[in-house]
Amino acid sequence: MTTMRRFLTKGWLSTYAFLYVVFLYLPVIFLPIFSVNTAATPKFPLSGFTLKWYEDLPRTPALLDAAWNSLVVGVSAAILSTVLGILAARSITRYRYPGRRAINGLIMAPLVLPEIIVAISLLLVLLQLGLSLSLFTVVLGHVLVCIPYSMTVLTAGFEGFDRSLEEASADLGESAFGTFRRVTLPMVAPAIISSLLVCFTISLDEFLIAFFLTGTEATLPIYIWGQLRFASKLPGVLALGTLLLAASFLLMTIAEILRRRAAKRTQNEGGLYA
Amino acid sequence: MPERPQAERPMIEIKSVTRSYGAFKALDDASLTIKEGEFFSLLGPSGCGKTTLLRMIAGFDNPTSGSISVDGQSMEGIPANRRPTNMVFQSYAIFPHLNVEQNVAYGLKRLKLAGSEEKRRVEEALAQVSLTGLGKRLATELSGGQRQRVALARALVMRPKVLLLDEPLSALDKKLREQMQVELRRLQQAVGITFVLVTHDQYEALAMSDRIAVMFGGRIAQIASPKEIYQRPVNRQVADFLGGMNFVKAEIVEENGASLVLDTLGFGRIKTDKPKAFVRNGGAATLGIRPERLRVLWDNATAKFEVAGKVVERHYFGEITHLIVEIPGLEKPLSVTETNDFGADDIPVGTSIRLAYDPEALVAMAD
Repeated sequence: MTTMRRFLTKGWLSTYAFLYVVFLYLPVIFLPIFSVNTAATPKFPLSGFTLKWYEDLPRTPALLDAAWNSLVVGVSAAILSTVLGILAARSITRYRYPGRRAINGLIMAPLVLPEIIVAISLLLVLLQLGLSLSLFTVVLGHVLVCIPYSMTVLTAGFEGFDRSLEEASADLGESAFGTFRRVTLPMVAPAIISSLLVCFTISLDEFLIAFFLTGTEATLPIYIWGQLRFASKLPGVLALGTLLLAASFLLMTIAEILRRRAAKRTQNEGGLYA
Repeated sequence: MPERPQAERPMIEIKSVTRSYGAFKALDDASLTIKEGEFFSLLGPSGCGKTTLLRMIAGFDNPTSGSISVDGQSMEGIPANRRPTNMVFQSYAIFPHLNVEQNVAYGLKRLKLAGSEEKRRVEEALAQVSLTGLGKRLATELSGGQRQRVALARALVMRPKVLLLDEPLSALDKKLREQMQVELRRLQQAVGITFVLVTHDQYEALAMSDRIAVMFGGRIAQIASPKEIYQRPVNRQVADFLGGMNFVKAEIVEENGASLVLDTLGFGRIKTDKPKAFVRNGGAATLGIRPERLRVLWDNATAKFEVAGKVVERHYFGEITHLIVEIPGLEKPLSVTETNDFGADDIPVGTSIRLAYDPEALVAMAD
């Protein structure tokens, strides 16, 4: 029994963990590998190293348009969801009121709803409202899916924020707005930046909602989807995908570092026995 | 010991202040006057309303009814940021994103002083709390005691009319706490600002205050000097909270304007001062005596007033020994604390001893 358990815990579990990670990341590894391969079809053996697929990217006007659209949508969605997230996170971490938990749950719900259902529902609502589909409607959809993430990051920043810090500021003569500017904002700034980055990244990679809610303007994922129909365009898509992947990874890493710093700052420094 | 001269001008006037949360009264009809330059303590167990009262003086909470005025000015409708009070928070509430200097200068920024004047005042405040030279330190690099000093300097630099201290020493270890008690008292005397301290530590209140208000369950039980609170508590609750006290059942034989005659089983017939707040409740009363006011009589020594009994327990505490002495006729044995210089720590359990007392040390309390 004990040998069995030892085998399970030591040998089998680590093998399992290794295979799991390989399964998760192997496809991701193929992307950059084939993006620098000279052959137009992604298959082994590799035929040679080239950067031409990357060099072609800035020479494609449709791609540049899509990138610009993604940037606009991403920045707008990030700012909107973060502002709304700040309000919600502050209310949930600071005040006690009936239905607080329920509201928290409802805000987090889009995280687990099937995205295609959310997309279709949004489409129906927007059409009912008589809004024509555009990048603006994509922003609205992205705000909905970004808020749960924004909330998670911001709640960590606000939680444990010692209320007496704000009281101390008022006690020292500062107005409510001054207190927000001089104490609250600097304290939660890392969390806010982290939330902006997370939301931007999510919006940048999001396909389904953008696909349903955009009019004629494509975002990057929609552009990629369109390119996949042409086999000759595949290496370019792989190159673009690699860049997106790198950007997402970088942004998420910065966001996580900032989130941890924010949580550490508010929780350590504000506490009674810090 | 000469009394420190004190202006009689009232600095804080609290008139029948009540604070209710629904049916619960955190503070119930509290009235008190704190004089200018006084070191005043609000003492009581947690939930007695002392912090509620302090927060109402600071402006973080408002009375349900009653009024608070500071330096003759009503505080009604005046928000915390416009009150002539500053507070040292229990958590210290040091701004973690600012260094020591920036923390201390926080409130000065709004006054828009000349740069050199601001710097001078920050330096002065840091010197007052012995933190000179640590101005550039970050909050993360400070010890608990240092953080406490920063909180003090940050409040003092504003030159408030009243400094409010919410359990400022509770997070410090015992040794540092005792050192800070002395320093706080010295600082208060140096700056001459009215200090209002909230504490649940009776020794802290006794050691630092000019006067103490003892509170229980939202009500003020007694307001008096430390000595009077300790020696002449108005009731058993106050007596108990301020340290050890032996309670002896007594019967009222005679009551007149200033004195009481009581019959007790262990101490016989006692004539004592009638406390100001004494309200007779039937024919019984309680007589209290502090354990250190009972002295062991050695060998054949005699005293004018003594009781005889038998040691039933002995507890050693280093500088003192705690004896539990059974007295014939008393329902509960007496606690006696005796310094160890005569060998109280060697008295065997079971020894018959005699205890001397001063009738002055006996305090009558309404039952």
